[in-house]
Amino acid sequence: MELIANFPGWAHHLSESVFGPELGTPIYTLVKTLVLIICIVVPLMLCIAYLTLWERKLIGWMQIRLGPNRVGPLGLLQPIADGIKLLLKEIIIPSGSNKGLFILAPIMALAPALSAWAVIPFAPEVVLADINAGLLYLLAMTSLGVYGVIIAGWASNSKYAFLGAMRSAAQIVAYEIAMGFALVVVLMVSGSLNLSEIVNGQGRGAFADMGLTFLSWNWLPLLPMLVVYFVSGVAETNRAPFDVVEGESEIVAGHMVEYSGMMFALFFLAEYANMWMIATLTVVMFFGGWQAPVAALSWVPSIFWFFGKAALVVSMFLWFRATFPRYRYDQIMRLGWKVFIPITLIWLVVIGIWMQTPWNIWA
Amino acid sequence: MEVFIFYFFATILVVAAVCVVTMRNPVHSALFLVLAFFTASGIWMLLRAEFLAIALVLVYVGAVMVLFLFVVMMLDINLDRVREGFWTYLPLGATIGILIAVEMALAIAGPRSHIGSIPAPADPAANYSNTHELGLVLYTDYLYPFELAAVVLLVAMIAAIALTLRKRKDTKYQKPSDQVKASSTDRVRLVSMPVEKKEG
Repeated sequence: MELIANFPGWAHHLSESVFGPELGTPIYTLVKTLVLIICIVVPLMLCIAYLTLWERKLIGWMQIRLGPNRVGPLGLLQPIADGIKLLLKEIIIPSGSNKGLFILAPIMALAPALSAWAVIPFAPEVVLADINAGLLYLLAMTSLGVYGVIIAGWASNSKYAFLGAMRSAAQIVAYEIAMGFALVVVLMVSGSLNLSEIVNGQGRGAFADMGLTFLSWNWLPLLPMLVVYFVSGVAETNRAPFDVVEGESEIVAGHMVEYSGMMFALFFLAEYANMWMIATLTVVMFFGGWQAPVAALSWVPSIFWFFGKAALVVSMFLWFRATFPRYRYDQIMRLGWKVFIPITLIWLVVIGIWMQTPWNIWA
Repeated sequence: MEVFIFYFFATILVVAAVCVVTMRNPVHSALFLVLAFFTASGIWMLLRAEFLAIALVLVYVGAVMVLFLFVVMMLDINLDRVREGFWTYLPLGATIGILIAVEMALAIAGPRSHIGSIPAPADPAANYSNTHELGLVLYTDYLYPFELAAVVLLVAMIAAIALTLRKRKDTKYQKPSDQVKASSTDRVRLVSMPVEKKEG
């Protein structure tokens, strides 16, 4: 243990003695950050890969099928096989496409999906960048994901892809407002933009003192916001029942129709990374992050609670997909603009007034 | 180190800004504008203005430019027709451009501007929050100007909607509330018919 605890200091010394006192510290910080990024991205990639398997298995069970069970025991090697297949496929760039942007689009889709993970607190003090504007940063990063879709749709020079891009732009702009307002309410009750603070704030309150922490989490007083946030999150990630962007029955696969091999896989990775992202954020904002639901269970490692809750929420995405038919386009727009935005605005005022009364539970 | 980062961002910003006006394809121009906003936010981050930097990305890159691209991508651009008016508009455009450049130069280099002598921002304390400071100033000292700006924006928005809103009588649309209220008895009428004898 002592070796591990002393390692950062030792590495810092090594860096200073090799590169000199002037350059040593920045280079040490750079290398340390890169190592930490790898420590987040590699498990994330595994989670994404196995989410695809879990999706096929779970929906299979819901429809009384077996799901993939041929590759490896219980089909557990299926994501690896899929990955190898996609890696070996030829990447075709259409001759009429805008080549530079065509290649840029999948990168633009994946980069924001991964960079948002920098501010997620996985456990107390376990966060890559503990910045005090974390929530704003998250909103900014998730709003960038739409560029991948739009650029892909335009650069493909295909009508189907373009229709998908247009649908996606309108849909994301519509739901981002509701999502932002829902987060503003969370921000109001926590009084901080820092995600660790938001989680810690949920562990305080009358119920938490009685040992029933899960009743002190934000989901209970902010239940309408939880629904709005999560449904908007499903719409933002273009998942069923809001998947008109792909709409394989009418526009084949939307913005991804011209992509093949690994470039297609990047879009796929971005979509599943975003699903994990929305699930994680729902857990951090509304379900108390890494906290145990009751004080009696707080001996269980916090990373277990964090991952368990996120996995439950991400399974809801799959449940939705197996349950609901696709929304019609005008109904999507109606839900976003005429239902969700008024609900969030009203709840914003309700919470604002509540916080001014003597019954304020967040003081 | 910081100087190096500044020049890195500044170079990209200037190149991107030049590309916005020189690119032939308006979609490329719009994307370079996105890049320019993004690097500008990087420079603001260097000034310890993290709220403004992230708000710039959130508002301009995340929302405004998406709508820009949305419109620009649907344009059918004929480059020859765009170039036709170049020489007729050049004198006016050049005059305005030169005027703006001169005004900016006067504002920056004028004797009463202290741009050259403003010190670099001091390193703030560890728990310093730019968002907090900004909120304090906006909602106390500058409350009325801030609210006034919000009202002006609201009025502009309502005016824009009122100008473009038109009701077409011949459009058909559904009322979701009526659809929800409908029951099976409104849709299907079961008629009981006694069996009839086959004739002939």
